[in-house]
Amino acid sequence: MRGTLLTTIVNAKMGHVGGDLSVIDILGTLYFSVLRVDPTDPHAESRDRFVLSKGHCSVALYTTLAYAGFLPIEELASFAAPLSRLNGHPCNRKLPGVETSTGPLGHGLPVATGIAIGGKLSGADWRVFVVVGDGELQEGSNWESMMSAAHQRLDNLTLIVDRNHLQQGDRTSAVTSMEPLAERFAAFGWETHEVDGHDHAALESLLSSPNTSGRPRCLIAATVKGQGVSFIRDRVEWHHKVPSREQLAAALDELEVAS
Amino acid sequence: MSELFDCRDAFVATLEELAEQDPRIVAVVNDSIGSSKLTGFRQRWPERLINVGIAEQTLVGVGAGLANAGLKPFVCAASCFLTGRALEQIKADIVYSQAQVVLCGISSGVAYGELGPTHHSIEDLAWTRVLPGLEIIVPADPVETAAAVRYAYAAEGPVFLRLSRVGVPRLLDQRYRYEPGRAHVLRDGADLTLIACGVMVHRALEAAERLSDLGLEARVLNLPSIAPLDRREIVRAAQQTGAILTLEEHSVRGGMGSAVAEAVVAEAPCRMKLMGFEDFAPTGEANFLLDHVGMSVIGIVDAAQRLVGEPLVAK
Repeated sequence: MRGTLLTTIVNAKMGHVGGDLSVIDILGTLYFSVLRVDPTDPHAESRDRFVLSKGHCSVALYTTLAYAGFLPIEELASFAAPLSRLNGHPCNRKLPGVETSTGPLGHGLPVATGIAIGGKLSGADWRVFVVVGDGELQEGSNWESMMSAAHQRLDNLTLIVDRNHLQQGDRTSAVTSMEPLAERFAAFGWETHEVDGHDHAALESLLSSPNTSGRPRCLIAATVKGQGVSFIRDRVEWHHKVPSREQLAAALDELEVAS
Repeated sequence: MSELFDCRDAFVATLEELAEQDPRIVAVVNDSIGSSKLTGFRQRWPERLINVGIAEQTLVGVGAGLANAGLKPFVCAASCFLTGRALEQIKADIVYSQAQVVLCGISSGVAYGELGPTHHSIEDLAWTRVLPGLEIIVPADPVETAAAVRYAYAAEGPVFLRLSRVGVPRLLDQRYRYEPGRAHVLRDGADLTLIACGVMVHRALEAAERLSDLGLEARVLNLPSIAPLDRREIVRAAQQTGAILTLEEHSVRGGMGSAVAEAVVAEAPCRMKLMGFEDFAPTGEANFLLDHVGMSVIGIVDAAQRLVGEPLVAK
């Protein structure tokens, strides 16, 4: 999937390569091991819901959805093309499998909170998962929802923080520090776990384990922006820089060797 | 003076009536239970009254999420904060995502007159009117309020219901049914047309009566549906009466009058004057403020006479 998303970005000449590579293991784990979703019936009432709050990492989502059968893999070539349904940021009215349109930061958790409340009210057993970027936590709307979700005891809600320590312009610690992030979530009333965000087995085990805490759950997933490609890894300038063809070839070689 | 009604009463009565039949209906509030008059709703269905706290961005996002979960959310908050503070959530989570949510802007306009411009909501139509696919309803009396709630409940897309708390007389027949994109001729006339919405409609009617005594026959259009807009009826008014005066409890920039002007300019240019708030309003009770900016019945009569009497600019 890393190779596919890099190729998609290079072809389209746009995308958020660093964040896509940091979140892709989380998305893959969700779609292939955790979420109860059916690409042949994407609006099924009983489905688990997933919201990608960091909507700029749409290529990672589209790639995952394609591998999960929600759209043809060849369609990824149309990412960001004129009139494509694969917008720069995901749109629920265009692409089945996308629950709500995202892009502006700080929107995903409030919407996911509403979905979780709706599930509780309906007595439904589906779950809601939402991924936010760590820089995105600077948006106050997240903290509103964190309080609200904890107060409502939404144990059907799981938030995953893609904790790559970088935002568009700098390290998050240099802009507005999140620390101590786990303690903050715990203080806000969340069941909090820290996990390696590139370790599929660890992610799967936490994401699949029943939540009996009576509280919403948060996974702070330690990730590396640009994970998997040495010259992109953990570098601020690769937030949305597009690799050259040569860099793509080198990246694909490196991914090949690694896998 | 006829009896005056607080349209919030019609709003909650209708909402409770619908909620009794449809368990999917939920009310979502930002600690605004009292100002939304939802105390009774909470007593009857405590679990269906979701209070997210003083958190408008979450309020609107939660509304979108509840719709995703198959519920029928009525998101209620003071209109100034609902539309102002959560505008991007309204745009992205509700309208662009086409979540079936009813946004209820309570105490809109200058209902909170004494609290000053931070609490006035005379920008909400301008802010929401630019969002394609959001229906906007400004009811004029309790009958229209009840009809609008019923309509919004059954609508297939998102609706913004702009509700006042300023007392208004009953104007419409009980059989009235709200239709989107439909303006109503409340009084016919050939000399000019007064187009009004919400709390200004009864003033427009009173002004038309006075104008009639003075020899000017004013048509009065009630325009509850700001989006979609009844372009046909507006164009007909422009062509048949040659002059339009719009009256709204809103800024003159971007509101109902602007919507009418857009239609008039495109299809049947005529003399027009937009009445409303030209500036942040001072402090004072709502009816005082409406009078203060020239929208007393006498003020409307005066503006109408001048509009009709003004010579056209030489070509």
